[in-house]
Amino acid sequence: MSIQVIKQGIADSIQDNGRYGCQHLGINPNGVMDPVAAAAANLLVGNDLNEAVIEMHFPASVFLFKEQSMIAICGADLLAMINDVFVPVNTPIIIEKNCVLQFKKPLSGARAYLAVKGGFELQPWLGSFSTNTKAAAGGFEGRNLKKHDELNFRTVQKYGTALKNKDCEILNWKASVKNFYPASPVIRITRGSEFDWLTEDAKKRLQSDSFIISNQSDRMGYRMKGDALIIQNENQLISTGITKGTIQLLPDGQFIILMADHQTTGGYPKIAHVISADIPALAQMNAGEKIQFKLIEQQEAEDLLFEQQQQLLQLQNAISFPLLKFKQQYAID
Amino acid sequence: MKSPLQYRILPLGDHALCIELGEIIDASINQQCIALFHQLKELAIPFIKDIIPAYASVTVVYDVAAIRKEHPSAYGFMKEKLEAMLLRIDTDQPLSHRKIEIPVCYDLSLGIDLQEMSQEKNIAVEEIIRIHTNKTYRVFMIGFLPGFAYMGSVDESIITARRAQPRTTVAAGSVGIAGEQTGIYPLDSPGGWNIIGQTPLKLFDAKRKQPVLLEAGDEIQFVAIDINEFNNYNLG
Repeated sequence: MSIQVIKQGIADSIQDNGRYGCQHLGINPNGVMDPVAAAAANLLVGNDLNEAVIEMHFPASVFLFKEQSMIAICGADLLAMINDVFVPVNTPIIIEKNCVLQFKKPLSGARAYLAVKGGFELQPWLGSFSTNTKAAAGGFEGRNLKKHDELNFRTVQKYGTALKNKDCEILNWKASVKNFYPASPVIRITRGSEFDWLTEDAKKRLQSDSFIISNQSDRMGYRMKGDALIIQNENQLISTGITKGTIQLLPDGQFIILMADHQTTGGYPKIAHVISADIPALAQMNAGEKIQFKLIEQQEAEDLLFEQQQQLLQLQNAISFPLLKFKQQYAID
Repeated sequence: MKSPLQYRILPLGDHALCIELGEIIDASINQQCIALFHQLKELAIPFIKDIIPAYASVTVVYDVAAIRKEHPSAYGFMKEKLEAMLLRIDTDQPLSHRKIEIPVCYDLSLGIDLQEMSQEKNIAVEEIIRIHTNKTYRVFMIGFLPGFAYMGSVDESIITARRAQPRTTVAAGSVGIAGEQTGIYPLDSPGGWNIIGQTPLKLFDAKRKQPVLLEAGDEIQFVAIDINEFNNYNLG
């Protein structure tokens, strides 16, 4: 009733939608970098959309399935393969016991999510399954996955004849996620409390220049490279709460976008915030890619986030029919 | 009659807002923030995911999608709700705060920046230790790392700027000074504070029911212990 890591990936970890309610203790939320992809993977296999998944980067872990399982892979397309068969993203797959899942090549995106039906059997820490590597807590032993780790499934899965004597069976429903990710590299932002500290020229350039995601970017934050942005205010800030998407201007005029493993407080000028609805798109961008920012109003940012949530619920509804039909056809609970 | 609380509310992105009570590090403003934090927590307002008190502000993280099911603007709803509560909240009420003694070993093997500070300021090491333990400190806020307490303020004579080159690793328990603040590293971490000693206490332990030892508002007294007491502290 488990999967085993037979080869270690560079930074694969267990994440859910994050650990909230502890930021006053300096304990950051963590959680998936791309909440849309993680939710889609969960919905495809009939899980709750907050269920813990494995977040993978390339090169990703290689997994041995010790039991039959229904899985889905969403987010980055890392060219998944089950034994010697290539399998697609954004669709559920039944995998036979003793088969190996591996990822051959990064085709698009930066992070892939693996959901298994019923989820993994793990102990929550402070109400969440997300891995906090700094605190060495949560997820699987508070760290990234490594070779020989064995993750138990929470429920027994048996798919009988649905596998048709093959190593894997690709099921006939899909998640269309294109709408969630804009085709152009434009990330939308709202004003930060120190936006007006920027010179008029810097304000313009924030909205017209291209900025490059530096290779010093990780789950904590994306460091951006571009012509320095200048502020005209000499005031010293004192530390305040910060959050996912906050864009902090560093003393050298470069800036950092806070991501899932961000600190809870910070004292750099907050010039802007990436809107929540564009965090998934940003999370799927790699170092070296260029971004342009577009300033929008607070209300529009909220509308876009709400719309995204509604679309996820629609996806959940759309999937519930074929999922039910499948269960009935093969007499699976 | 108490004067109404002075504050302004600012959006922090599209899913959080900041209640700003001031722009300086000041014990009475900080006291108001902590009182506000506790009262907001007690009220258990629906849709609030996190409340983060800092030096002079309280940040509230909320669930946009849940609010938007019932209201046209999550920010507008949250702001109004908090404004109504801020009218009623009494942040001048004296808070019962905890007094906590923290044993610190100021041996030069642990207080690795003591000698440099001593030379730079022309104050004997023993005197720096005496000054650091001679007063109590307020925990202004927790941030940076799980359980990292920003405390202040140290006596003017031992104010020391952060190190120009941060260390890649500072040991958990290390007690440091940065500007007028003093703090304790709860975990092994990169850090730029001037390290003057180390406590054997665990400021953070994921396995404890309360993983974090200190809270904003606590009053801290450092007590010097020698290296033998330090080494034996966790044995008994």
